[in-house]
Amino acid sequence: MSTPPIERTPLWRRPAFRALIIQALLLAGLVALIAMMIGNALTNLEARGITTGFAFLGERSGFSIPQTLIDYSGDSSYARTFVVGLLNTLLVSALGIIAATLIGFAVGIARLSPNWLLARLAAAFVEIFRNIPLLVQILFWYFAVLQALPSPRQSLSLFEAFFLNVRGLIVPAPVPEPGFGLTQLAVLVAVVAVVVLGRYAKRLQQRTGKALPVYWLGAGLIIGLPLVVFVASGMPLGWETPALKGFNFAGGVTIIPELMALWLALSIYTASFIAEIVRSGIQSVPKGQVEASRAIGLPGNITLRKVVIPQAMRVIVPQLTSQYLNLIKNSSLATAIGYPDLVAVFAGTSLNQTGQAIEIIAMTMAVYLTISLVVSALMNVYNARTLLKER
Amino acid sequence: MTDHPKPPSQSPIHPPSDDSLVPGALSTEHTMIAARPAPVSRHGVSGWLRSRLFSTPLNSVVSLITLVVMLWALAPLVQWAIIDADWIGTTRDACTGEGACWVFISARFETIVYGFYPVAERYRVDITLALLVATIAWLVIPRMPAKRWVVIFALVGFPLIAWVLLLGGSFGLPAVPTRQWGGLMLTLTVAIVGIVGSLPLGVILALGRRSQMPLVRSLSVVFIEFWRGVPLITVLFMASVMLPLFVPSEVEFDKLLRALIGIMFFWSAYMAEVVRGGLQAIPRGQEEAAKALGLGYWRRMGLIILPQALKLVIPGIVNTFIALFKDTSLVLIIGLFDLLAIIRAGLTDTNWLGFATEGYVFAALMFWIFCFGMSRYSQYIERRLHTGH
Repeated sequence: MSTPPIERTPLWRRPAFRALIIQALLLAGLVALIAMMIGNALTNLEARGITTGFAFLGERSGFSIPQTLIDYSGDSSYARTFVVGLLNTLLVSALGIIAATLIGFAVGIARLSPNWLLARLAAAFVEIFRNIPLLVQILFWYFAVLQALPSPRQSLSLFEAFFLNVRGLIVPAPVPEPGFGLTQLAVLVAVVAVVVLGRYAKRLQQRTGKALPVYWLGAGLIIGLPLVVFVASGMPLGWETPALKGFNFAGGVTIIPELMALWLALSIYTASFIAEIVRSGIQSVPKGQVEASRAIGLPGNITLRKVVIPQAMRVIVPQLTSQYLNLIKNSSLATAIGYPDLVAVFAGTSLNQTGQAIEIIAMTMAVYLTISLVVSALMNVYNARTLLKER
Repeated sequence: MTDHPKPPSQSPIHPPSDDSLVPGALSTEHTMIAARPAPVSRHGVSGWLRSRLFSTPLNSVVSLITLVVMLWALAPLVQWAIIDADWIGTTRDACTGEGACWVFISARFETIVYGFYPVAERYRVDITLALLVATIAWLVIPRMPAKRWVVIFALVGFPLIAWVLLLGGSFGLPAVPTRQWGGLMLTLTVAIVGIVGSLPLGVILALGRRSQMPLVRSLSVVFIEFWRGVPLITVLFMASVMLPLFVPSEVEFDKLLRALIGIMFFWSAYMAEVVRGGLQAIPRGQEEAAKALGLGYWRRMGLIILPQALKLVIPGIVNTFIALFKDTSLVLIIGLFDLLAIIRAGLTDTNWLGFATEGYVFAALMFWIFCFGMSRYSQYIERRLHTGH
């Protein structure tokens, strides 16, 4: 170069310029890749005679589903298949989340028990179930346990109302009679009343220092009010008990074995992770907090409720949410045993029948992505609210 | 937490005061205070039992209930799995007892390990496995020297050697298509390719997420959040039905390769979040000091930041490995014959019907050994790193 050295850095060595070039190259590469993929996809789809688009959603699906929460038959559209699958996914996820939370908290607290035997047992539970793949557990419960149950004629029964056999668990179905609406209304009123009571009690305590027994009052309201209304309106609820007719049961509600296996496996597997989260959360509260609380004269249960649990929850809740998300995503393993969840009926059967791979996979992924993003957003709100307020 | 129970209540710290011991009063009398009973022994078997299991009435009840539950659950299990089980034989007729039929496993053990790999070529799998074990042992034993070179070998050299050995078709080795791979060997292949592939990709994504360049940062965020938001099954479905649509139809895409790509992308997102946690834990002064020394971006990262960050998150990385290893079992859903799928295939063998429990218990045990081993190693590393500072 003939130009004399200048004081300023040469253009190509300036970070801002480099960043610009790198990003331009990245963008160009990405656009080229996507264009190539779209081009290939269009050619391939044309060669296979598949028309792209979402028109297939209106077509008749032509297959039946063993468990549906809404009306569904072979004449229903693929759009309805999608909804049925989604509802089944949400059903097993909700059941799993409730059970996993209960078992997980119980086991996590048991791990901290001063009782050596109980603590060891809880530790063994955690170490066994979190180190075995969920799929193995699902298959084990389904094929090794539930498929080994007796046939409907030799059902295991409890009070001649609950029956367990290879076709599933059959329980009595509630049949609401006219007037049951009042009881449902009472439940609603009780819930509202408890919320109001909670707020009032909090304000009362802040103003006067008097504490109401909110938990007992609340429990009484939630259980008592509907019960009183139920009895007063003449117990308008019948039960349809299942009975053996021929080779199978008629009446009652059948919980299919696929749901039971998936539910068992999901709850136990997730519970083993939740137990560890609960344990680490409780242990994360410094010992000095408990000692200080005792020193100012708070009794044990208040210390637990007002000092330990709120601080432990700050550690537990974010991790707990991510376990719930994992559980929802893991429920897609349903397809291995044929539980009709979103992946099994939509990304499985519907995809095989229509061949609309791109649309169906995209819709399925979009569902899970939406759930994840919504829960993450809620989580961020929670984190912001419970953030340590440093003064 | 409460290893030290309170002293027994029958031995109060202050002796009951009598006239001679009025507080404040000077006394020259030397009366002996009555001897207190010896404290209850906290040593030996009985002391251990008392302090850990029977310290309070409630504790005793809990202990007894736990013991009964354990006996109730464990006794039939031991009876079934060990005492009544049949271990020796080659056919179904060997299983006569009430207990487990482990002959079902031992009769097909070769298939469980090698899948459908040709019998004459199985020595290649053995060599690869031995090399793998040696490499891992070198890496996990803290005393071994030259860790850096072994890591490079594990990430570059070993995959190449394994590729040549297992796939064949060169150096005079007959080709073995991936269709014939299966069993434990396939599970390990998927796990190791997943681990070796997702770690570097995850590091790059984590760096990208912290980049100053808006496009690089947002692309990394979208990539990471996308893969973390969807279940692995849909990723595998996508890899098996959607990926072939995106490449020219002439290109023959191996089924195993497609699954591996999906698994690698999926886990790299999780790895990226783990690594990001480590990057965030490094004080900013480290980077500023490196800048002051005149180091460029890659040298700052490679020599100063990453070595510290990665060391911090080794437990997190191992935990991701465990999750990845467990999830390799999902490849059976897209029709690959991993350890679990091979055992399942054995269950449908008409000569061996009705051994589902044995099959799944064995599969669970195999996975459990690997995962438990890894988690113990992770805890050990955590302790080691903890004392280091």
